[in-house]
Amino acid sequence: MPQPVGGFALKKRYSVFAIAREAARHHLGWERAWASPAPKAKYDAIIVGAGGHGLATAYYLGKNHGVRNVAIIEKGWLGGGNTGRNTTIIRSNYLQDPSAAIYEKSRSLYEGLSQDLNYNVMFSPRGVMMLAQTQHEIRGYQRTAYANKLQGVDTEFISPQRVKELCPIMDIDGPRYPVLGALWQPRGGTARHDAVAWGYARACSDMGMDIIQQCEVTAIHQSQGKVTGVSTTKGEISCDKLGVVVAGHSSVLAGMAGFRLPIESLALQALVSEPIKPCMDVVVMANTVHGYMSQSDKGEMVIGGGTDGFNNYTQRGSFHHIEETVRALVETFPMISRLKMLRQWGGIVDMTGDRSPIISKTPVGNIFVNCGWGTGGFKAIPGSGWAMAELMAKGEPGPLAAEFSMDRFRAGKFIDESVAAGVAH
Amino acid sequence: MSTRLATGGRFLDRARPVSFDFNGKRLRGLAGDTIASALLANDQMLVGRSFKYHRPRGVVASGAEEPNGLVNLGKGAKFEPNQRVTTTELFDGLQAASQNHWPSLEFDVGAVNARLSRFLPAGFYYKMFIHPRSFWKHIYEPFIRQSAGLGKAPKDRDTDTYEHFHAHVDVLVVGGGIAGLAAAMAAGQAGARVLLIEQTAHWGGRAGVDQPQIDGKPAQEWIDETVAALGQMPNVQMRLRMMGAGVYDHGYVLAYEKLTEHDPSLAGPRQRLWQVRTARVITCTGAIERPLSFAGNDIPGVMLASALRDYVVNYATSAGDRTVVVTNNDDAYRTAIALKAAGLVVPCIVDARPSPAGELIQTAREMGIRVEAGKGIAKVKGGKRVTGVAICAQAGEGAVLEEIACDAVAMSGGWSPVVHLWSHCGGKLVWDDEKVMFRPDAARGPTGADGALFVLPGGTANGALQTADVLSDAFAAGQAAAQATGHKAKGKAPAGSDPAEGPISPVWMMPQGAGISLREKMWLDYQNDVKVSDVQLAAREGYESVEHAKRYTTLGMATDQGKLSNINGLAVLSDALGAAIPNVGTTTFRPPYTPITLAAIAGVAKGDLFQPVRKTPMHNWHAEHGAEFEPVGQWHRPYAFVRKGETTHDAVAREVNNTRKAMGLLDASTLGKLIVKGPDAGRFLDMMYTNMMSNLAVGKCRYGLMCSENGFLMDDGVVARIDEDTWLCHTTTGGADRVHAHMEDWLQCEWWDWKVYVANVTEQFAQVAVVGPNARKLLEKLGGMDVSKETLPFMQWADGTIGGFDARVFRISFSGELSYEIAVPAGQGLAFWEALMAAGEEFGVMPYGTEALHIMRAEKGFIMIGDETDGTIIPQDLGLSWAISKKKEDFLGKRAQERSHMTDPNRWKLVGLETLDGSVLPDGAYAVASGHNGNGQRNTQGRVTSTYMSPTLGKGIAMGLVLNGPDRMGEVIEFPKLDGTAVQARIVDQVFFDKAGEKQNV
Amino acid sequence: MLTFTCPYCGVHADETELAPGGEAHLKRFGPGSEDEAFEDYLFKRENPKGMHFERWRHAYGCGKWFLAARCTTTLEVFGTYPAQTTEPPQEIKDKISGKRPGWTWRLFS
Repeated sequence: MPQPVGGFALKKRYSVFAIAREAARHHLGWERAWASPAPKAKYDAIIVGAGGHGLATAYYLGKNHGVRNVAIIEKGWLGGGNTGRNTTIIRSNYLQDPSAAIYEKSRSLYEGLSQDLNYNVMFSPRGVMMLAQTQHEIRGYQRTAYANKLQGVDTEFISPQRVKELCPIMDIDGPRYPVLGALWQPRGGTARHDAVAWGYARACSDMGMDIIQQCEVTAIHQSQGKVTGVSTTKGEISCDKLGVVVAGHSSVLAGMAGFRLPIESLALQALVSEPIKPCMDVVVMANTVHGYMSQSDKGEMVIGGGTDGFNNYTQRGSFHHIEETVRALVETFPMISRLKMLRQWGGIVDMTGDRSPIISKTPVGNIFVNCGWGTGGFKAIPGSGWAMAELMAKGEPGPLAAEFSMDRFRAGKFIDESVAAGVAH
Repeated sequence: MSTRLATGGRFLDRARPVSFDFNGKRLRGLAGDTIASALLANDQMLVGRSFKYHRPRGVVASGAEEPNGLVNLGKGAKFEPNQRVTTTELFDGLQAASQNHWPSLEFDVGAVNARLSRFLPAGFYYKMFIHPRSFWKHIYEPFIRQSAGLGKAPKDRDTDTYEHFHAHVDVLVVGGGIAGLAAAMAAGQAGARVLLIEQTAHWGGRAGVDQPQIDGKPAQEWIDETVAALGQMPNVQMRLRMMGAGVYDHGYVLAYEKLTEHDPSLAGPRQRLWQVRTARVITCTGAIERPLSFAGNDIPGVMLASALRDYVVNYATSAGDRTVVVTNNDDAYRTAIALKAAGLVVPCIVDARPSPAGELIQTAREMGIRVEAGKGIAKVKGGKRVTGVAICAQAGEGAVLEEIACDAVAMSGGWSPVVHLWSHCGGKLVWDDEKVMFRPDAARGPTGADGALFVLPGGTANGALQTADVLSDAFAAGQAAAQATGHKAKGKAPAGSDPAEGPISPVWMMPQGAGISLREKMWLDYQNDVKVSDVQLAAREGYESVEHAKRYTTLGMATDQGKLSNINGLAVLSDALGAAIPNVGTTTFRPPYTPITLAAIAGVAKGDLFQPVRKTPMHNWHAEHGAEFEPVGQWHRPYAFVRKGETTHDAVAREVNNTRKAMGLLDASTLGKLIVKGPDAGRFLDMMYTNMMSNLAVGKCRYGLMCSENGFLMDDGVVARIDEDTWLCHTTTGGADRVHAHMEDWLQCEWWDWKVYVANVTEQFAQVAVVGPNARKLLEKLGGMDVSKETLPFMQWADGTIGGFDARVFRISFSGELSYEIAVPAGQGLAFWEALMAAGEEFGVMPYGTEALHIMRAEKGFIMIGDETDGTIIPQDLGLSWAISKKKEDFLGKRAQERSHMTDPNRWKLVGLETLDGSVLPDGAYAVASGHNGNGQRNTQGRVTSTYMSPTLGKGIAMGLVLNGPDRMGEVIEFPKLDGTAVQARIVDQVFFDKAGEKQNV
Repeated sequence: MLTFTCPYCGVHADETELAPGGEAHLKRFGPGSEDEAFEDYLFKRENPKGMHFERWRHAYGCGKWFLAARCTTTLEVFGTYPAQTTEPPQEIKDKISGKRPGWTWRLFS
């Protein structure tokens, strides 16, 4: 292992030249992408959770704020939670200002992430469309387009004909819910989910941070209202600041720290088809019928839908949701009918009272939480890490995180993206 | 060459030749063939190209584990990519084409990737294509996408049908081999309701190939007798061609039945998805043979030993004339023996074990087959077809001892129980050192709703390899399952016997000390091109967990989901990490066991059956009279009634003008109608609505607002008091079910001691709004009750008859016109509507749709749930404080509306908006304020909630929410448009038409 | 795909017949209550990894709300009971104690 020099390890850079060099010696010379050290006795900051959000938080703590004496503690394997279980959609066409701000920040960071991390995360800005299939949705998405314009988010409301041009495999004249238009974000897209976690991990390790896998936090210690450290399955570790970034298990960690969160853990499922040759160059989301689909670079159709409705920590969902989602997509894309479901899986997401995330101080001093991303966490990883790092470094939220404080629930100042909730007349 | 043998073939019907196409070539097979066996019979060993390097690929296996033999099947509406040749039964006229090559299977340009494979190790794409940024999207990614993907994308709409079955049983037995048959027999004899399913077209599994003795007779005889006996049991249901696809919580199992695809002449649905609820699942899913990792183990002609045996015994098809067998266990000797017995040449059995011993070895030797002990294969020779093998010492580094010419290699690395179904729902595995396999850990199985184990593995799937053990284990599982469902176990397990076998020896690499250049040619995952060196690279780079290594290398992520590669890959990873296999763990098995079509999952729900459409009694009339429908919740409502030569916009304007000037009819049947009844009904409604309902006089109507406990406006509607303890609550169209559920929730879970009943009578009544200056004249013409202003004033209701129809008439208006909403029994809705249309002709009656309704309400400044509200709006924002009781101590939402943000004096509030140029404000547009916020977003101060061209006023009108709007009347604010221009609008009163309400109150 | 026995109609109902309703035994706080109490009531949830008391409605059956004791990690159902109660029946509590000694839930144990 190269030794850290001035806080930075000098790791060999990835490039086509490095590949060629290594090919000559049968790739026996590649070094570890990240170190696997034993925990030190104390860190300036501990991040619990080495998923995308936790790793990104650590990365921007180091990069933006010079905080590098950091441990990222992971119960399982880094990137093994929702980061590696989602459908990798990246978009920022949100309605409310705080959402649009953080997701757009995130999306713009994704654009340069491969270069920033020297790890190809395969961000593919192929465009995301959200179909309008009722008059109500047309109005909702038109409103979003107007809001996005003022928020600096590049979207437009497009016609059914344009939808068909962008996605020829779609049936826009379905008998039940014909496509009436779509909100189109040309700069949205997908990325390779594992690579995001791995790339951040490698970069964190490069900065001298410790990524400690297979290490479960069993207790959180505090003194005089402030955090002092954690007990883990790999021993006691002290810290000045603690970031809890454990989607799905946020309530469990909050319980250890002695407070409750406005969160429930639910299963969210997804599936992929067998791979086929490229037939779909955009991401399509259809909220009326509850389904979304894109095609991965491997050729699989990547499909997702809604969450289960009951508290669940099993990472297994109920099949009827898969059935509903597949039904919706077969109706929208008749040509997928004879494709086969290759694999389905579930993850545990945490849902807040207003379905928007929490990046916040907590009742315990120097404990910060980043949670509640619900079904949309992957797209937020860089922005969330950016905002959480700022909060942890400064002790106060910056503009990106300010509105996502958990005290909004007491004030009744929600960030509600579900404008379609009041379908009526 | 591979060819058809002159005799034998258990599954073949030699009297029924079949012809089929492969890559446009007409080939012949026999009824009973799979595509794979028929291709082999035609010496078509090459069946496809691998995913990454486009290496030539031949059939490896004979069942669901096949990674290579995937074809584009059929044409047009019947086209299906990635169809597995080993599990697809042949039929006359079948058309198959190999995948992932250009221009042809034999000559594939993509094979250049194989030459470049040095530069494309595991994870190479993470390390390159990084610069310049734009190249990924425009150059690298399209190239990678085009090279990947395997089968072609279908183009046409599927014309086949699919269906779902639901079944409830005590015991579901998955797998119809001898284990499954024994388990079903045990459970069936005990009296349990049993469903036995088998994924192939044949009962008996591998025992039919190897023919051990069962109960003193050849296995086939026992199989036939048992199948017949089970068939006689009324409590046992048996299905072939039905796969156990997935096991889910609480005993829910998904099964996938192929009905007609093996024989297109059959009528009916193509596939059926079974959703089975079972108390116990017995997984008799057998085992899958593992390949061995030696250099060149992917060259066409290298196959699983069991597969070669299957092809010879079941399909009378030889994969080659000279087959070298390579193994680490006794079972592969059965292949050598079977090949030899079929008259084929087995030049050598290469056994990695130093001193194999056992009855099968003895038999092979006696048949004159050469056995090389302690040896391995250093390298397979050949390109698109095996031409020979180089033999080495297993313990060494691969120095070649001898080369043996052959055209097939039969390999066996031992057997892995099929534990997928056991694992789907959380069943854990235990590593068995002696048998070199993961098998179900009975102590850590999947548990059901009652906390008890509900999946019971049986036979080989539970790690039993000898026939005697298989039968007793599976029979015991059957009995246990029957007992668990309240039945008494009967009978005893069938007895099996087969030759005694010596121990297997774990061999994860051949030879043991192979250098890197050999390891770079040892394939683990044939489809995804993952080699031993790739997994070692992953470990070296820190991708140490199985999940990391799998995802980094793509091992096991191909369409076979690693059925052949997972354990071998895991063993290589363990070795690289210096850890024991069980300490490294396994990846999680996900449903389905093998891929199932999306069509089967969707079932019948497509096209018109996609979702039920709720239709009012007058729906067909509307359709016949030019209605353009829009979905509102599950309902379809007429948006407008468009006449010939009219645009939709014209029609809407006509409907508004006609209603305002003469009369219009609106089908309002979809509005929710909830009867709330009981001594505490008034008290209850006082909690449900923000305003007071308990003091509403009998015979009167009141507009009510309903908030969620979180304070937000969720629904509105007119409430009528029917009698002393009965109220009728109208809801929005989309809100009826939601509001009903909301009421039930509070009644049952919070105020359960209150004496109130709620009934949703929405569909019991058809409701027609008769609207416009001529409305009264029409009703008076039809006659039957007094609808005069005096007898039936505004905001009152009365029962009576109109034109002979029993009717309840409400004097309420959502348009500002003289208006009667008239409910009649749903069955008379159409007749009533037609009567109104006929009698109304002289008064200029026209039907109108939802858009005209919207415009008229907007002209009057009435809010619409879903337009002015979006789940974030409180009544106070909408100037509806008059409808919020100050007297009531409590109602749902009251406490919430006291929170700091809700009482903030600076909220966006409802006003009217009038453009300075008379144009229509864009829907959804925001009004800008000066400056930008901390995130660089333009500050805003309001937004448009409803906007229309008013036919009545001849100009654009709008409502919107504006910061402190009601205090800023007359102020002009700016709404940017998407084209860069902006519209100026003045803040005005939201009531644009008939502010005094003179028209409705006549 | 969960199943529950509806304590009203006795039907062993499939999840597709049921509508989930979140945490059970919440105490309502209305006008006059403290901000914190109201926030807790409306939003703060136990969300335990383990025993959970929750609401379900037999929506496509008898229409009744009922309560269930269910483990969120094994999905085992320890019992269902009518919604018209402020605490789980002793019998169900005993059953949980048998398998999960020392369990607690807000004020219950």
